[in-house]
Amino acid sequence: MGDATPGGTILQVEGLIRHFDVSPPLLNRLLDRTGRLIVKAVDGVSFEVGRGETFSLVGESGCGKSTVARLIVGLYQPSAGKIAFEGTDLGALRDRSSVPEIQARMQMIFQDPYASLNPRWRVADIIAEPITARGAFKDRGSLRDQVAVLLRQVGLAAADAQKYPHEFSGGQRQRISIARALAGEPEFLVCDEPTSALDVSVQAQILNLMKDLQRRLNLTYLFISHDLAVVYHVSTTVAVMYLGRFVEWAPTRTLFSRPRHPYTKMLLDAIPDLEMTGRARTPVGGEVPSPINPPSGCAFHPRCPYAERRCSEERPESLLVEGTHVACHAIEEGRLAPFEGKTIIVAPEDAA
Amino acid sequence: MTAADNALLSVRNLVVAIPTRGGTLIAVDDVSFHIDEGEILGVVGESGAGKSLTGAAIIGLLEPPGRIASGTITLGDRRIDNLPYERMRRVRGREIGMIFQDPLTSLNPLYRVGEQLVETIRTHLELSDRQARERAIDLLNEVGIPSAVERIDHYPHQFSGGMRQRVVIALALCTEPRLIIADEPTTALDVSIQAQIIALLKKLCAEHGTAVMLVTHDMGVIAEAAQRVAVMYAGRIVEIGAVDEVVKRARHPYTHGLMGSIPHVGHEVDRLLQIEGAMPRLNEIPGGCAFHPRCGKVLPRCSSERPELLPVDDSRVSCWLYDPAEAGGRGADG
Ligand SMILES: Nc1ncnc2c1ncn2[C@@H]1O[C@H](COP(=O)(O)OP(=O)(O)OP(=O)(O)O)[C@@H](O)[C@H]1O
Ligand SMILES: Nc1ncnc2c1ncn2[C@@H]1O[C@H](COP(=O)(O)OP(=O)(O)O)[C@@H](O)[C@H]1O
Ligand code: SF4
Ligand code: SF4
Ligand SMILES: [Mg+2]
Ligand SMILES: [Mg+2]
Repeated sequence: MGDATPGGTILQVEGLIRHFDVSPPLLNRLLDRTGRLIVKAVDGVSFEVGRGETFSLVGESGCGKSTVARLIVGLYQPSAGKIAFEGTDLGALRDRSSVPEIQARMQMIFQDPYASLNPRWRVADIIAEPITARGAFKDRGSLRDQVAVLLRQVGLAAADAQKYPHEFSGGQRQRISIARALAGEPEFLVCDEPTSALDVSVQAQILNLMKDLQRRLNLTYLFISHDLAVVYHVSTTVAVMYLGRFVEWAPTRTLFSRPRHPYTKMLLDAIPDLEMTGRARTPVGGEVPSPINPPSGCAFHPRCPYAERRCSEERPESLLVEGTHVACHAIEEGRLAPFEGKTIIVAPEDAA
Repeated sequence: MTAADNALLSVRNLVVAIPTRGGTLIAVDDVSFHIDEGEILGVVGESGAGKSLTGAAIIGLLEPPGRIASGTITLGDRRIDNLPYERMRRVRGREIGMIFQDPLTSLNPLYRVGEQLVETIRTHLELSDRQARERAIDLLNEVGIPSAVERIDHYPHQFSGGMRQRVVIALALCTEPRLIIADEPTTALDVSIQAQIIALLKKLCAEHGTAVMLVTHDMGVIAEAAQRVAVMYAGRIVEIGAVDEVVKRARHPYTHGLMGSIPHVGHEVDRLLQIEGAMPRLNEIPGGCAFHPRCGKVLPRCSSERPELLPVDDSRVSCWLYDPAEAGGRGADG
């Protein structure tokens, strides 16, 4: 875990919005006399990612994590907002293919290593595709060599190039996805739940591999997981999302040891703890409301024990308090002190 | 720890075989355990270890051609592994409840939640329609569905993932079963909802004396909910004991590896412990100790002799490291 961003900012996101129209067809709406239904999947998100860091998004299902990821890599077009990659604003671009040199430097790894690999292609062709797409090879032989290097880099054998995806286990397929992502020589990898479909043992292999590669290739990760322990383990910075917005983001240790937003505190209390055998965690009350008609003001107010009238009327702006970005009226009004979070134990060899 | 007197479920030397063209595969290999009334037994292990098939064998829902090749399963004082289909179907509805990972597989999308509850209740209990409906509302309240009186007439898709899973639990509880087999009941859910479901399961065990077999790969869930844990590898139980013993003092090298591979909030480690390789396929299970190709503590005899599940302190472990004849060595972490 490093501090701040010695490598400078690689990605800057400002006021990012993505709404989806999920209305029934016009005729049905006229017949049922209903209006349009808009999902505010991402509703005004701003943050910065420093080069070489791991910036993670956490939050309950449907809060908009994957949508942020897809907006950044260009799989979705923003409804509004800025996505500046090394200073170039990609948010306004209609089509990312007009900036191939930037697009190649960003790659995405998906949750499902089964669905994301073409079953009819050999591993060699899957991995070589980003290289051939860029024309970044001299001849067939050098292409084969590059594929072999990539396979070894992710802990597979050069001979695996001749096999098909179905011949591999889930963990191995995720290694293939990583090798393919690396083939484009990216600097920035967006990883959406890359280990959620895997056993804990295989997850450990992949997380270790991702850390090694990050160090060796100076990669920057935007990482998504619903597992807070995994997020704690891999991240330098963590952002907590709720109904399309960031409620709090801060350096990892700060966020986990001194959570400030009531929702962050609620999530941390829900983490199961191996040390607490037999004891109950504090269940989070209620559920995430629908993003179609999110609650007014602070969207968390129906579940928040500190909510006052203003909370349902006015949307809280993000404040910077001692290194933590947090959006909450109670904090702004000085009526809510930081919560007690998790105890951090730093292993001796890591303390330096 | 031999066959406890108040065991509600008792599985003895269970073998599940799957005949294939290439030969018969042994998916569950000589598995024995018991669950007491009011007890939650956690079952963990990587995918492919045989956890779900063990559960399916108990409830008599093995998919053909899979079948119980040998062993006995006893519920209370009655053998249930050899019952005719119709008798077993009644036991399943009345005495054993099931909760699966995906709530949608247990709910029919075309029927209102209440209709499904009432039908299940009336199939197994002598109640009028009205009484059954009242019972259904009580159950929905019990599993924490707000405004159950109105929600009972909603369709499954009108519930969120966590609420659907609670409806499935209500469905499993309809007939006050003595045993619940819960196969990854919280895997598809957020931690927040997971915590609610686990709290609910624990309450049921405490209040109704229900026994639960909780299959999951989430050690956090096990640590919180279970009294005892069985760790499975390649179709066998390799370690079983009290949750504290297994989680904090893992004895089998596989359990130790599994525990070390889990990240923890607040514990800063640069690298997670890694078990190399993967769970073998059924047609490639190595001889001797099935874990030996991946084991960092492997002894010469491990590749040829199979260790039995034998008592070690208060747990049971199948590993040659704990054989008194192995001079010097004892334990996975030295
Ligand atoms: N293409 C789309 N069309 C309509 N709605 C969408 C679309 N993509 C996402 N949504 C909705 O936007 C919201 C945010 O979805 P998103 O996939 O970003 O959530 P998430 O935080 O990644 O959740 P999970 O933890 O379940 O992966 C959800 O309500 C989702 O249903
Ligand atoms: N392209 C899409 N069209 C319609 N709905 C979508 C689309 N992408 C995601 N969703 C919806 O968003 C929700 C979350 O999906 P997603 O993030 O893709 O899955 P996961 O939870 O596995 O990450 C789901 O309810 C899904 O139906
Ligand atoms: S703004 Fe109000 S409702 Fe929202 S988190 Fe803060 S106190 Fe709670
Ligand atoms: S029996 Fe041998 S190979 Fe198996 S776990 Fe013990 S030491 Fe390892
Ligand atoms: Mg997602
Ligand atoms: Mg299973």
